[in-house]
Amino acid sequence: MLWLIPLFPLVGAILCGILHFRSLAAEREGASPERVRALAGWVAVSAIAASFAIVVTNWWTLVGQAGERVLESSAWAWIDAGSFHVDLSMVFDPLSSVMCLVITGVGLLIHIYSTGYMHGDAGYAKFFAYLNLFVSVMLVLVLSSSLIGLFVGWEGVGLCSYLLIGFWYDKTENAAAGQKAFVMNRIGDASFLLGSFLLISLFSTLDLSEIGEAVPELMASHPGSLALAALLLFGGACGKSAQFPLFTWLPDAMAGPTPVSALIHAATMVTSGIYLTIRLNPLFAAAPSVLLVIGFVGALTALIGASSALFQRDIKKVLAYSTVSQLGYMFLGLAAGAWSSALFHLVTHAFFKGLLFLGAGSVIHGMADEQDMVKMGGLKKHMPRTFVSFLAGAAALSGIPLMSGFFSKDEILTKAFANGALYWPLWIVGVFAAALTAFYTWRMVSLTFFGEERFREDGVHPHESPASMTVPLLILAAASVFGGVLNLPEVLPFSDLLGHWLEPVTELGDTILATGGGGAEHLAHATEWILLGLGSLIALVFAHRGFHAYRRGIVADEAARAKQPELVAFLEAAWRIDSTYMDKVVGSVKLLAFFIASVIDQLAIDGTINAAGAGARSLGARLRRLVDGSVENYALHMAAGAVLLALTWIWF
Amino acid sequence: MLLWLTFLPLVGVLAILLAPDRAGTQRGIALLTSLVVAVLGLVLWGCFEGGDAAMQLTTSIDWFEIALPAGHVVPVHFAFGVDGISILLVVLTAVLMPFVVLSTAGHIDKRFKEFFLWLLVMETGMLGVFLSTDLVQFYFFWELSLVPLYFILGIWGGSRRLYATIKFFLYTVAGSLVMLIAIISLLYQTGTSDISELISRAGGLDPSQQAWIFGSFALAFAIKVPMLPFHTWLADAHTEAPTSGSVILAGVLLKMGTYGLLRFGIQLFPEMALSYSGLFLCLGAAGIVYGAFLAMAQSDLKRLVACSSVSHLGFVVLGMFALTEAGLRGSVLQMVNHGISTGLLFLLVGMIYERRHTRMLDRFGGVARVMPVFAFFFVFTVLSSAGLPGLNGFVGEYMILSGTFLASPLWAAVAVTGVIFGAVYLLVATRRVLFGPLVHEENKALTDLGMREIGILVPLCVLALWIGISPNTFVGKTAGTLDQLSERIHQIRADDARTAEVSLLEETR
Repeated sequence: MLWLIPLFPLVGAILCGILHFRSLAAEREGASPERVRALAGWVAVSAIAASFAIVVTNWWTLVGQAGERVLESSAWAWIDAGSFHVDLSMVFDPLSSVMCLVITGVGLLIHIYSTGYMHGDAGYAKFFAYLNLFVSVMLVLVLSSSLIGLFVGWEGVGLCSYLLIGFWYDKTENAAAGQKAFVMNRIGDASFLLGSFLLISLFSTLDLSEIGEAVPELMASHPGSLALAALLLFGGACGKSAQFPLFTWLPDAMAGPTPVSALIHAATMVTSGIYLTIRLNPLFAAAPSVLLVIGFVGALTALIGASSALFQRDIKKVLAYSTVSQLGYMFLGLAAGAWSSALFHLVTHAFFKGLLFLGAGSVIHGMADEQDMVKMGGLKKHMPRTFVSFLAGAAALSGIPLMSGFFSKDEILTKAFANGALYWPLWIVGVFAAALTAFYTWRMVSLTFFGEERFREDGVHPHESPASMTVPLLILAAASVFGGVLNLPEVLPFSDLLGHWLEPVTELGDTILATGGGGAEHLAHATEWILLGLGSLIALVFAHRGFHAYRRGIVADEAARAKQPELVAFLEAAWRIDSTYMDKVVGSVKLLAFFIASVIDQLAIDGTINAAGAGARSLGARLRRLVDGSVENYALHMAAGAVLLALTWIWF
Repeated sequence: MLLWLTFLPLVGVLAILLAPDRAGTQRGIALLTSLVVAVLGLVLWGCFEGGDAAMQLTTSIDWFEIALPAGHVVPVHFAFGVDGISILLVVLTAVLMPFVVLSTAGHIDKRFKEFFLWLLVMETGMLGVFLSTDLVQFYFFWELSLVPLYFILGIWGGSRRLYATIKFFLYTVAGSLVMLIAIISLLYQTGTSDISELISRAGGLDPSQQAWIFGSFALAFAIKVPMLPFHTWLADAHTEAPTSGSVILAGVLLKMGTYGLLRFGIQLFPEMALSYSGLFLCLGAAGIVYGAFLAMAQSDLKRLVACSSVSHLGFVVLGMFALTEAGLRGSVLQMVNHGISTGLLFLLVGMIYERRHTRMLDRFGGVARVMPVFAFFFVFTVLSSAGLPGLNGFVGEYMILSGTFLASPLWAAVAVTGVIFGAVYLLVATRRVLFGPLVHEENKALTDLGMREIGILVPLCVLALWIGISPNTFVGKTAGTLDQLSERIHQIRADDARTAEVSLLEETR
């Protein structure tokens, strides 16, 4: 039955693909493609709904189980390479159940939303084919028992991301953005692959749970190799989860339709790297040095993302950099060994960031495809439901007390703080980035929904989106507000639900960390309260400042630019990392390709050959009398020559 | 049965000679012949036992004798057989051919009789190469398979066909010459021409002799594959060849090189293969990266695909000379994968060329808008070529790379960058052909693929998917022979290690 979870959306994808070609044919014949398209929407939504239902039933079974809490499907003997085998099976355990619930749950809402958002698009059925395919491979990613099965999903989601970023391929930028995402991901994948080869040579298996169980044995004998494998896999995670230095594709990925940004580039795909790390927590726990690297990268990425979001004018760009930044927090949590906190933030982030993207999509929809916040303002009157839900999302993202994001972010920062002096600098960076987060979030709210109605000059008449879009928004809004109850801090009642649920998965990693002297120390309740208070204070203060500074539009940015032109330009360009890649790396690759093709291949290698050929031809001209030019004679002479040569060689 | 399989195309040749020189008739005969061969190929597939290491379905007839100076006589047989190394390639050849014949409807517009005659002669030649269990006979078929391509290239090729043909011919002859020397000296020294017999006797030769013969074989096959730095004939030959010629060249003919390396390089001289594996790993990995960069710099789509072959065949060589179980299996599978993926790419390039009469990337853009079906197949093929899991390329590449990692992490790490660069040139080409605005007027009126074209593409795509999902069906057929080979290599490695240990012990004493 577990195979059905990814199978439903897969079948849905195939059906929608067929319907897409049917709708094209209908259009060519002059008929209306609307009915075919509507059917595709229904197929796609029902496929996800079916999958969601199975996930929920399985989750309920899991809740009822005592002890182990694992469901496993039959296995498919996929690759038999002689020295190692890859058997694919689906494993439903506490970790994958949470992931599946998020993927199919949020996925279902986003599918419903998309039926409204994509209405009238020529590629409507194709869109749902890709979206369903995405959900299917994403489920394979989180359900696979083997690292290679995981990689199937890993590459599959990359493919869907590529296809969906470049969905409106008529624009070269969109196609180029898709291509960039794929290539940046492939850089990470190369690292992932090397990591998997190293794991094969260490463990002779790629079964995730077997690897985990075997880690303690190898810790003493091969600490370096284990650390290297963890680092290589983290390299893969950097690509998929948009961490420094491979994050630059994610802001460009906003070229895709907004529901895609919500589902793939905020809620699910980009969290694969976090899932991978939690799944292999024993391996990472055995490599404290790698954890420190992850913490450093995570904190740095959180800072780069949050600061780059400060001066963006495009509402989706703000959310994109925000996502980069929030993923950084999750890695910071993992680095502190707080596996369940990272997952907690993953889940709440899926709620509130999915919500914010969908809200932004609703705004863009209502504003006739306008994404520039400078041309918005005062939308709260015109789009009340979107506004209310967007507020909930913003509150959660900025960490306003009692919202879901408040608890999850705070938990990560607390664990980082509790992890010892080495992590204190990372904690400070995290707190600083949290302040920036509150600021840019409420700047966005202020610019979009409050203040003057700046869109009037452009003759835009904003309108509220249809119910198919606003109902998912309101549901996600509720989740963003109350999602915190999943894992309340220890000082409150009903604390740590998710942490306990996840224990069977994270136990081993925790034990390994504890024996190595790592992991978070237990904090006194007073300290916890102080940290909670500090978090609340920072969020409230900076949210207030961000909100009020932009009540009168973008002028605050101009003021900042006048004071610090260099800094603002630097942050607007996201620390100029992408432009450096484009100039330096892409430029040198192109140059090298040109050099290889023209200089080495044509001049050096081919030149030598042609020269030899020309020499042979001039010799041939002199021997022309001997030879009449027929191919048979040439061949005969060559064969004779060869035999002659061979005989001489043998006898002397 | 193998005799039938090999010579059936020649029966077709006879029919072609007798029939009138009309396109439909000639193509019909060729199609029918190739279909019967394909069915026989599938029957062979069914009969073949994957777990068995030895040659199967063998047939042997005395042919002639070579008298050696010292009074010895080398009997030469007309001998056929198939084992785990050749089975996939034989079936690939048989199955690919009907699609090649079908594809000619779009681009062969003159001298039909000759064309299909050469095509079928070539099929006999290629099948003979893979099925020969006698060295002299192998050489016979090797040469036989080259002549037709020479004509196909020279008569039905593009505008620079003469240059390409002469280049192809010179390279090929040079390779054949070197191989002939190796063959003659091998016959002379072992006194047998039977390949199984040679495998057991070759190890007894003096190591320096072994090295020479191994080197000559390796050189001959390296030209054919082609391996860096002997690859420059390939891009020209592919660019100028008609679509069907390119499909055969990429699909099967190049595999004669990799097949030869495995059969006469590694299986015949495992010790030598082990001693020189470093060189081949280096050349394989370098070929992967070099070919990818070469492809990136191309502005002609067909030339780009041709250069990508250099990169993909680098994987095949790499996996083979990793000399590990996973590497060998992956390498043999990847030969088939390359045949399917690159064959598909050439077919697609041909289809768009027939419409636009250009292959320059800057003449396209936005084609997906007017040719959605073409776009689907193009993207599918690109993904198969780029090694997306679920499709054929991934399984082969993964086995090769993991097998290489066990032998040499360094070269595996170099080769793995091919995964990145491969995505770069393939996706850039995809974007430049399919995506972006429809800027060129000529492209706005392009017609999408017709049923004949879809009919050619679908079975190959299904095969790509099948290999990707259920590779064991295919790898399983190779397991017996390849396991025996890797077991032998393992033994040699262990012996070497023991000898080294003993000598170290003696030194310390």
